[in-house]
Amino acid sequence: MLTTNKLYFNYPTSPSVLKSINLELKPGNIYGLFGKNGEGKSTLIKIMSGLLFPKSGNCTFNGRSIQQREPETLQDIFLIPEEFELPSISIKAFEHINSVFYPNFSKEQFYNLLEEFHLKPQQIISNLSFGQKKKVLIAFGIAVNTQLLLMDEPTNGLDIPSKSQFRKVMAASVDSGKCIVISTHQVRDLHSLINHVIILDNAQLIFDESLDQVTKMLWFGRASSTEQTGLIYSEGAFGGRSVHARMDKEETEVDLELLFNGVLNEPARINQIMQNNDHGTRV
Amino acid sequence: MDFDNSKPIYLQIVDFFYENILSKQWQEGSRIPSVREVAMMVEVNPNTAIRAFNHLQDLEVIYNKRGIGYFVSNNGYTTVLDIKRKEFLEQNLPNLFKQMSLLDIGIEELNNAYNQHKNEEE
Repeated sequence: MLTTNKLYFNYPTSPSVLKSINLELKPGNIYGLFGKNGEGKSTLIKIMSGLLFPKSGNCTFNGRSIQQREPETLQDIFLIPEEFELPSISIKAFEHINSVFYPNFSKEQFYNLLEEFHLKPQQIISNLSFGQKKKVLIAFGIAVNTQLLLMDEPTNGLDIPSKSQFRKVMAASVDSGKCIVISTHQVRDLHSLINHVIILDNAQLIFDESLDQVTKMLWFGRASSTEQTGLIYSEGAFGGRSVHARMDKEETEVDLELLFNGVLNEPARINQIMQNNDHGTRV
Repeated sequence: MDFDNSKPIYLQIVDFFYENILSKQWQEGSRIPSVREVAMMVEVNPNTAIRAFNHLQDLEVIYNKRGIGYFVSNNGYTTVLDIKRKEFLEQNLPNLFKQMSLLDIGIEELNNAYNQHKNEEE
């Protein structure tokens, strides 16, 4: 659905923030995009939505170059940015003005989501709190039903019950035709939703695997001190959690935070294990 | 639902199904929530919920009526009972025995505690 090919990007007079990024995003998935601050996550998302143009390489959506900004392309992509300005009009007016750009927009879905988020159509957007504005945008972003939905730190500014609501709403809105990319530092908020992990570091793509594959190859937990075989990365000296090559151990739930730290510390080893066993299972 | 962070989430969803079936909240032959409803209920990716449904279907705890939905199998209750009993005997009990020997608790002491618990229940 979305392909990036040898994508490079830098801001004027700065070193590259993205180097040779090759990605292939497929429908039916929720991608988690991770990376330390300033590693190019938001830049990549802006390129995917046509707000920035790559310096070299290309980014295509269903075979069409995104930077051409053709209506056929843009009507099927929606971005919920981390920071945004919304006009001082009512939510209802906002919907009325913006929904026309999206042929698959569902009015019913939008107003149901507003209700779920305890917002009223007559409310003036500029009078709302940051979290409430974000909810307006999230509700709109889901209701436009674009094939590609990009979310930059969607849970920032949401209170605790809203985070749970957000997960429910997301779980309900995924379908096989949609592709969702969530960039976030709030790993705990979203780990149960994501099914594919992408990690950027030093301007490069250092990890790109489905969680199914990760659970197949890696084991997460507290291993006893005697059991050090296949140890890749561990945290804390005493009873700390660690990542191991799974080998014949039982399946464990992926600890995204641990995976992230493990990949940053041992990118080559983790990727080697992911690849090696790939051959193993094929035999 | 709060997840235990070591057990795969799909298996935790399976356990949630088992509880509902064992407590008879979901009767044999009755319709259960859809994949989407379960995904929403426990706030997970629908793919994870599908994995739980497939697992339960393989074990013949639930079955799918095409276009209608999922149902608890006619002998779903006994199937789950067998699975959970086996799990208790093969996993929970050995763990308990290990703890008992670490803490030096004999079978007598366990027996007394058990009887006391039974009395309190009555």
